[in-house]
Amino acid sequence: MQFALMIYHTPEEFAMRANDYNDPHLGAWRAYHKALVEAGVYVGGNALEVPETGTTVRLKEGKRRVQDGPYAETKEQLAGFIILELPSVDAALEWAARCPGASIGAVEVRPLAPEAMRRGFTG
Amino acid sequence: MKNDSQEDIQSAVGRTIERVARESYGRLVAYLSVHTHDLASAEDALSEALVSALKAWPRDGLPQNPEAWLLTAARHSLIDVIRHQRVVVASEPTLALLGENSPEANLSAGFPDERLKLLFVCAHPAIDPAMHTPLMLQTVLGLDAARIAHAFLVPPKTMGQRLVRAKTKIRDGGIRFEIPQERDLPERLEAALEAIYAAFGIGWDDMFGIDQRGRDLAEEAIWLARVLLQLMPGEAEVQGLLALMLHCEARRPARRALDGRYVPLSEQDPKQWSLPLLEEAERHLAEASKRGRSGRFQLEAAIQSVHAERAHTGRTDWAAIALFYEQLVRISPALGTRVGYAAAVAEAAGPEAGLAALEAIARDAESHYQPYWAVRAHLLQVLGKTQEASDAYDRAVGLAEDPAGREFLLQKRR
Repeated sequence: MQFALMIYHTPEEFAMRANDYNDPHLGAWRAYHKALVEAGVYVGGNALEVPETGTTVRLKEGKRRVQDGPYAETKEQLAGFIILELPSVDAALEWAARCPGASIGAVEVRPLAPEAMRRGFTG
Repeated sequence: MKNDSQEDIQSAVGRTIERVARESYGRLVAYLSVHTHDLASAEDALSEALVSALKAWPRDGLPQNPEAWLLTAARHSLIDVIRHQRVVVASEPTLALLGENSPEANLSAGFPDERLKLLFVCAHPAIDPAMHTPLMLQTVLGLDAARIAHAFLVPPKTMGQRLVRAKTKIRDGGIRFEIPQERDLPERLEAALEAIYAAFGIGWDDMFGIDQRGRDLAEEAIWLARVLLQLMPGEAEVQGLLALMLHCEARRPARRALDGRYVPLSEQDPKQWSLPLLEEAERHLAEASKRGRSGRFQLEAAIQSVHAERAHTGRTDWAAIALFYEQLVRISPALGTRVGYAAAVAEAAGPEAGLAALEAIARDAESHYQPYWAVRAHLLQVLGKTQEASDAYDRAVGLAEDPAGREFLLQKRR
């Protein structure tokens, strides 16, 4: 079973990221990634740029609407995601608790849609 | 003025209800369910009784025996429920037992303490071992499902469902409310002790949390062990478990520096350990060992006792600790025990010997176990194997849940 770990940050938490890639949490993130890979559960994932760099596109009655910034105007924004292959949601919650994102912001754990459905749109 | 005194009465009543609920919850649930085997109904009846108490006591004054008052109220609501279920024939004996006419109805003389049976039911082999501790926390101590869920890292709704399922199994699965027979007792007692210790372990690991829930759970576990000891005063292992937990609890204030930094045991200042708790732990351990029946929890308590001696001698007798671990591995070869053994061997006989003891642990067993990687990293660093050490530190950091522990390991990695 695959699970998405979605990491959410507040603006303050985004601001703690250093632009020169000397993020104080980088060591913890690297170690976490290593532990996931060594445990054989890592499928993929990555960190996202700050929400202000996002652009949202939609078609309304055939017309393009382009909006500056992220889709949802909430305080906490998606900061990154990790896809894991795990036997159960309990295992996923355990890995979420170890995620450095859980002690900085919050981590949402959600199963990916059923395999059959995913195959439906990947062909 | 009038309002003030009204508020005073309210808060006095609130405090009394809180105290009675805490002290009597398990006794009342055990007594109300021992014949029906229906924990859920007993708990519902008791919470209804607590709600009525909140209304009646400020109006009528505190009853002379609050526990008996609650039992009578809970019993009435339980009888109503059973009548409602219209399974009158089957429940006739139950009604008789619960009814006013039963000899036990004379509550001023007290009622039998059935908590021991309840503890054994919670840790029954037919119940999923993962649910032993949550069941105890709920039925004996009255903790709500949401709080238990946080501690066990499970969504509250899921924990609620699991508790309901376990209680249904207890009600319908023919699980007997009884003290186990002599020949089953050691195994059944071990399961009950395990469940209590698991609650303590969660409290211990979680102490880093900003909220108090971890700490509370450790206190609840100690409370449970005290209850069990009071009910089984002759059992050495019960006393061993209590000694073990008191030893650990005594060191709690020393585990954190003022700035929140994690302080490992070897660097803790013994002056910060709680002397009364250490003395109590030692007293229990000494009494337990007089009974001449050693066991897992007494050995673990003995290890903690050697650590505690540093408060007097200024040094740690690692050879003694390694010896206790050796015996412990023989009777309970859990991963944590084997890692503890390796760490003790490293201190007593050098890092190579410790590393060899770690290597002897099966390869796949340790992949998720954070302490294994922390000990391994430390020993490799001492041996000057810098690259291997930093890889192992990475694994330990990646598996760490508590931010202070993670920070400690990241500092050592450099």
